[in-house]
Amino acid sequence: MNAIRVRGLRKAYKGHQAVAGVDLDVARGEVFAVLGPNGAGKTTSVEILEGHRGRDAGEVSVLGVDPAKGDRAWRSRLGIVLQSATDAATLTVREAVHHYAKYYADPRDPEEVIDLVGLTEKAKSRAGTLSGGQRRRLDVALGIIGRPELVFLDEPTTGFDPEARRQFWGLIKLLAAEGTTILLTTHYLDEAEALADRVAVLAGGRIVAEGTPRTLGGRAHAEATVRWMSDRGYTEIKTSEPTKVIAELSRHGELAELTVTRPSLEDVYLELIA
Amino acid sequence: MTTATLSKKALPGTLELGLARGAAELREFFRQKENLIFTVSLPAILMLLLGTVYVHEAAAGQMFAASMIGAGIISTSFVGLGMSVVADREDGTLKRLRGTPMPFTSYFIGKIILVFVSSLFEAVLLLVVAMLRFDVELPSTAEKWFTFGWVFVLGVISCSLIGVALSSIAKSTRNAAGVLNLPYIVLQFLSGVFISQAVLPESLRVAGSLFPLKWVCQGFRSVFALNDGYAVMEAAGSWELGKIALVLGAWTIAGLLLVTRTFRWTHEAS
Repeated sequence: MNAIRVRGLRKAYKGHQAVAGVDLDVARGEVFAVLGPNGAGKTTSVEILEGHRGRDAGEVSVLGVDPAKGDRAWRSRLGIVLQSATDAATLTVREAVHHYAKYYADPRDPEEVIDLVGLTEKAKSRAGTLSGGQRRRLDVALGIIGRPELVFLDEPTTGFDPEARRQFWGLIKLLAAEGTTILLTTHYLDEAEALADRVAVLAGGRIVAEGTPRTLGGRAHAEATVRWMSDRGYTEIKTSEPTKVIAELSRHGELAELTVTRPSLEDVYLELIA
Repeated sequence: MTTATLSKKALPGTLELGLARGAAELREFFRQKENLIFTVSLPAILMLLLGTVYVHEAAAGQMFAASMIGAGIISTSFVGLGMSVVADREDGTLKRLRGTPMPFTSYFIGKIILVFVSSLFEAVLLLVVAMLRFDVELPSTAEKWFTFGWVFVLGVISCSLIGVALSSIAKSTRNAAGVLNLPYIVLQFLSGVFISQAVLPESLRVAGSLFPLKWVCQGFRSVFALNDGYAVMEAAGSWELGKIALVLGAWTIAGLLLVTRTFRWTHEAS
């Protein structure tokens, strides 16, 4: 059984169709990224899956349960990592993690979790004094303390500096390696590429493409561009056999400023959401 | 089913989690200086300032201290709790809790614990100030203390519920300060805290009598009055203990209904 199965999901706000017929399958143990610009319907979709929002139409099953009817037992199998919370500001990291551990039947060891998210040195610091990146690590700790089967991460690295993002990615990879299913929304392409097994692009409330980061939008089969400097200036050839093209060209001597490029995930993405 | 095999260990009970919430709430509350200054100490400070003007004889001190305790516990329950729920909505506490298996009832038990403990601190501090500065005497009979106890409990619970219900109207903590403080301040004038209700025009007296504050203060005055003869100073000329219980009980039920119907986890319309 899939961790998440969605068919024909729709949700409108005051005449605006935020989610306009989404189908989605996420396998157990998979890291799945939902990419899309602001206002594409990412957060609405995720909040419906989390059971925080109702829907107008469609079938939704999360860990075999309809989120609209999710009970305590179901909630205890989910981990939701918040995006911009500033709660528990006067509790220390240790106090907060120990407190949230009490909510679950079979929580992880709080000290292990603090260690896992890399906050051991900050265990005695109050949550309100943490940096942005550290605070999100605490959010992850609180999200995974209940040993969830499925973790939701909604734009987890927004506002991070590059180093904090890399560290955060390491943490997500660690969770994925333990077999946790992860649904991630992001508008960073490199994030999706670095973390996700599969990616869906959401635009205007619909999924416009789905695949692995390598194959998304026909990227793997797209023609490569061979470009070099000739007597007539920059010259480009689009080809599906760049190796052959270069072999032929190079018979006439050295090729100045030679490059071979394929569309980046960003090129594909911008095309898709345009 | 996977659910059955996974949940061999049962989820913790609602009351157990409520107590854990209460402990965390208290810890957070007492670590915030603004809570200690405004919520816990303000009634004692007001007692000191206003008492110096108003209190020239023992009887007046007793009555004024009683009214101030009433106003104080309503400040911690109605205003304080309402504000703390709005803050929980604003800083993500409620959103986080909603994503966990913690039942809503446990959250509310935690809040009630917070309100009882902070109200008790506030009342004790105020009494100490009143005793030291104005020679206020504590009630001497078990019967008076019993009255004190039930008025305190009913007052705190009813005003907590109304505060939480009103917090759903407020969109932000800044907004909530107005939504909650305005009725509280107006009611202090209509309920015999600063001015005896007997001198108010009838329309204002009736308006004040619709709300819990007047009844809580009247209940406390019956406890702290030097003798029951002082009941003639009340608007009705008696302590009306039965009526106090009825009004506060009715507000508790109304508050409970309001909270279950209006409580919102987040600001966003669903």
